[in-house]
Amino acid sequence: MDPQASAAPAIELIGIDKRFGAVHANSNVNLKIERGVIHGVVGENGAGKSTLMSILYGFYEADAGEIQINGKPVRIRSSREAIDHGIGMVHQHFMLVQPLSVLENVMLGAEGGPLLAGGAKAIRKKLSELGAEYGLQVDPDAIVGELPVGLQQRVEILKALVRGAEILVLDEPTAVLTPPEADQLFDMLRVLKRQNKTILFITHKLREIMDLADRVSVMRRGEIVATYETAATSPPQLADAMVGRKVILKIDKGPAHPGGVALEARDLVVLDDRGVARVQGVSFALREGEILGLAGVAGNGQSELLEALAGIRPIASGEILVDGRPLPPLAFDARAMRALGVGHIPEDRQRVGLVMPFEACESAMLGFHRQPAFGQGVFFSRSAIIADAARLMEAFDVRPRAPLLKTANFSGGNQQKIVLAREIDHNPRIMLIGQPTRGVDIGAIEFIHKRIVAERDAGKAILLVSVELDEIFALSDRIAVLCGGRITGERNPDQTDAQDLGLLMAGVSERAA
Amino acid sequence: MEGFDAFIVVFGSGLRLAVPLILACLAGLWSERSGIVDIGLEGKMLVGAFAGAAIATFTGDPWTGLLAGVAASVLVSLIHGYASIDQRANQIVSGTAINMVADGLTALIGNAVWSQGGRTPQLPDSALFHAIDLPFAQSFGGVPILGPIYRHLISGHDIVTYFAFALVPLTYWALYSTRFGLRLRAVGENPAAVDTAGISVRALRYSAVVICGVLVGLSGVYLSLAQAAYFQPHMSAGKGFIALAALVFAKWRPWPALATCLLFGFLDALSIRLQGMVLPGIGPVPVQAIEALPYLLTVVLLAGFIGKATPPRASGIPYVKER
Repeated sequence: MDPQASAAPAIELIGIDKRFGAVHANSNVNLKIERGVIHGVVGENGAGKSTLMSILYGFYEADAGEIQINGKPVRIRSSREAIDHGIGMVHQHFMLVQPLSVLENVMLGAEGGPLLAGGAKAIRKKLSELGAEYGLQVDPDAIVGELPVGLQQRVEILKALVRGAEILVLDEPTAVLTPPEADQLFDMLRVLKRQNKTILFITHKLREIMDLADRVSVMRRGEIVATYETAATSPPQLADAMVGRKVILKIDKGPAHPGGVALEARDLVVLDDRGVARVQGVSFALREGEILGLAGVAGNGQSELLEALAGIRPIASGEILVDGRPLPPLAFDARAMRALGVGHIPEDRQRVGLVMPFEACESAMLGFHRQPAFGQGVFFSRSAIIADAARLMEAFDVRPRAPLLKTANFSGGNQQKIVLAREIDHNPRIMLIGQPTRGVDIGAIEFIHKRIVAERDAGKAILLVSVELDEIFALSDRIAVLCGGRITGERNPDQTDAQDLGLLMAGVSERAA
Repeated sequence: MEGFDAFIVVFGSGLRLAVPLILACLAGLWSERSGIVDIGLEGKMLVGAFAGAAIATFTGDPWTGLLAGVAASVLVSLIHGYASIDQRANQIVSGTAINMVADGLTALIGNAVWSQGGRTPQLPDSALFHAIDLPFAQSFGGVPILGPIYRHLISGHDIVTYFAFALVPLTYWALYSTRFGLRLRAVGENPAAVDTAGISVRALRYSAVVICGVLVGLSGVYLSLAQAAYFQPHMSAGKGFIALAALVFAKWRPWPALATCLLFGFLDALSIRLQGMVLPGIGPVPVQAIEALPYLLTVVLLAGFIGKATPPRASGIPYVKER
C-alpha cells in the first residue's frame, strides 16, 4: 500500500446532504474519521445521526455530497456495496434471525457458494480464529434467539468481521445492554482498535463517549457542529454543543419534606406473563412529598412491580395499601387505582402510555375519557377534547402544538411530555413513574426532571423507576435497589455513590444496619 | 389375507389422495417460509386443474396440459406476489380474492367454451398421466406380504405422484443445505437482516412465490389429468385449505408435512371405504359423518394436540425499509 493511501482517513464525508420531504435530516455534513481510532458521534434524538449512518451503509443515498473511503471517492447504493467497501454495521435493533444458529446468521450473505457445506466449514474456522484473536468467543451452533443480548451483539460484530470489515459502525450499541455487558463491549472495541480497525460509535450517552472514544463529533439539527479530542473536552462542553445552550445536568432541588405514608407494599410477589416470579417479596413505604428512586439493572422486576402497583398486573401474594387501607382484590384495576389518586407514567410510552396512530388530543385524554368534560353519554365533544389538549400542550411545552397531529409524529421527548401532561393534569396524589426520560433528548430531560421535582414539592408521593443511575441520583430523596426481584438495599443519595449502588444492583446484599 | 388386501387397497388409495395435498402443502411451505402467507392455494389448484384439462383437451397430450396448468398457476401466484411484495397488500385479502375469482372464473370459462356446466369434456386415455409399472412388479407381486406392497403401494403410480414424493427430501435438502434455502428461511423470519446482509428481499420472495405456483399448479394438474379425466367446477373441494392446515400441523417443516398429508389422505381413503358400511351396534354410518372426518380431525388436532405452532415471524408482514 502506498504511504499516501494509508495516511488518508478511513472515511471522509464531504458535504453530505439529505432531505425527507420538509425535514432536512443532514445538511452539509463534513466528517473525517482517521484509521485506527474510536470516533464517537453524539447528538440528541432526531439530530440526524442515524440518517447519516444509514447513508454510510447504503440504506439511503445522499441528495448531495461525497463519501471517500481510504481517500478514494465511492458510491454506496446498497448494503452490499457498503460491505464490499469494508464497512460493517451493528444496528441498534440487531439484524439477526432468531431461530437460526450463530453460524447460519454469520453465513447469511457470505455463504461462499450455492451449497452451505463448504462455506460453513470455512466460516466455522474463521469464527474460531476471530474468537481467539479478539476474545469474541461464541458457540457457532447456539441458536441466536436463546443467547443473552450481549452475546447477540457479539454475533453482530462477528458478522461484520467475517465479511472483512475494516470500519465498524455501532448505532447506540449500549441501549439494550446491562452495565457489565456494556463494559465487555467496550473492552472488545478497544481490542479491535488495537488491531487497527476503525470504529464509529453513535450514542447519546456522554459518559460512554468520555470512556471510550478518542475523538468525538457532535451533531445538532442535521449538522456536525463540533469535533473534539476526547481528552480535551468535558461532558458539560459536549452537552452544550448538543443542545446549543447551557444545560443544568444537576437539578436544583431543596430538601424533601416527607409527610404521611401514601403507598405501601407488603411482601409483594408478582409473576410475569410466563408465570415466573419476577417480584419476590418486596416491601416499601412511600411518603407524601418524597421521591423514592428504584434503581436496578433492567429486567430485575421493576417493570412487573410498577405494573402491579398501577393495577395492570395481578399480584400473586402480599398486599398494596393506599393511605393505610389495603386494596380490596376486586377493585384492583387501572381505573380503580386512578380513582384512588394513583397516576401512572408507564415505562414504555409507545406501547402502554399512548396509542401511536391516535391524534395527540385523543392520546392526551386516554384513561380520562369518561370525564364529563369530554362529552356526554356515549358522545364525545370534539371541540372540548381539542381545547383541553391544546391547553396541556401549552402548559407542558409540547412541540409542535398540534392537537390533531398523529401521536407517532411527535419526537420521543414530546410524546413523553404528552403522557406526563395527561397524568399530572389530573392531580394524582401518588405518582408511579417509569423510565421518564428513556430515549428523550437533553432539553426535554431537563424539563421533565423539573416537573417531577415540582410535583414532589407540591406534596405528591413519587415512585421513580429508572435504569439511569444519573437520573436516580439527580431526583431521588431515597434510593432503593432492586435485584432479582428483591430490594437489596436502601440508601440516602448523599451518602452513597455509583460503586456502592453497583454492588447492590449486582445482588451483593447486606443486612440493613 | 382379506384384511391385508383391504389394507393395501385403502392405503394405496390414501397415497393417491395424499398427492395433491403434498404438492400444495409444500407449495405453501415455500411461500410461507419466505414470509408470504398464501391462503390462495385452493384457487391456484383450481386454476392449474382447469388450465391443464383445457389444454389437454385441445392437444390430447398430458405434458402440454401440465405445462399450461403450471404456467397458469404461476401467473396467479405472481399476481399474489405483486400484491404482497410490491404493493404491500394484506395477504389474506389478496389470497381470498384469488380463491373467489379462481372458483368463479374457471367455471365460467369452462361453461362458455364447452357448455357442460363448467365441466370440460372427458379426456381420452392418451391425454392423461398413467400408472407406471416399476420393474418386476408382475413377477415380484406373487411374493406374500412384500409382493402386494411393492406392486400396489410402491409400483403402479403415475409420474406426478413419484415427483411429489421425491419433492419432500428435495425440499428438505434445498431448505437446509443450500444458500437459497438459508436465505429463504432468514427472509421469512427477519427480512431486515437479509436486506442488511446485502441480499434482495424482493428477489427472494418472488422466487418463493414462483416455486409455490409451480408446485400448487402441479397439484391441480394431478386432480384433472391423473385422478380424474376432466375438470369440474370446485373439484379441489377444499384441498388447498386442508394443505394449509397440514402445513400448520407440520409446523412448516417438510417431513412432518409429508406425514400429515399422508394421514389426511389415508383418512380420506378410509372414509370412502367406510361409506355404506354397517358398524356393529351403530348401524349404517352416515356418509356425511364419514366425509366430515378428515376435516373434523383437522380442527381437533389443530385446536389442541400439536402444541404451539409458531409461523415464520415475518409471515404476512410486507417488508418496508426502516429509517
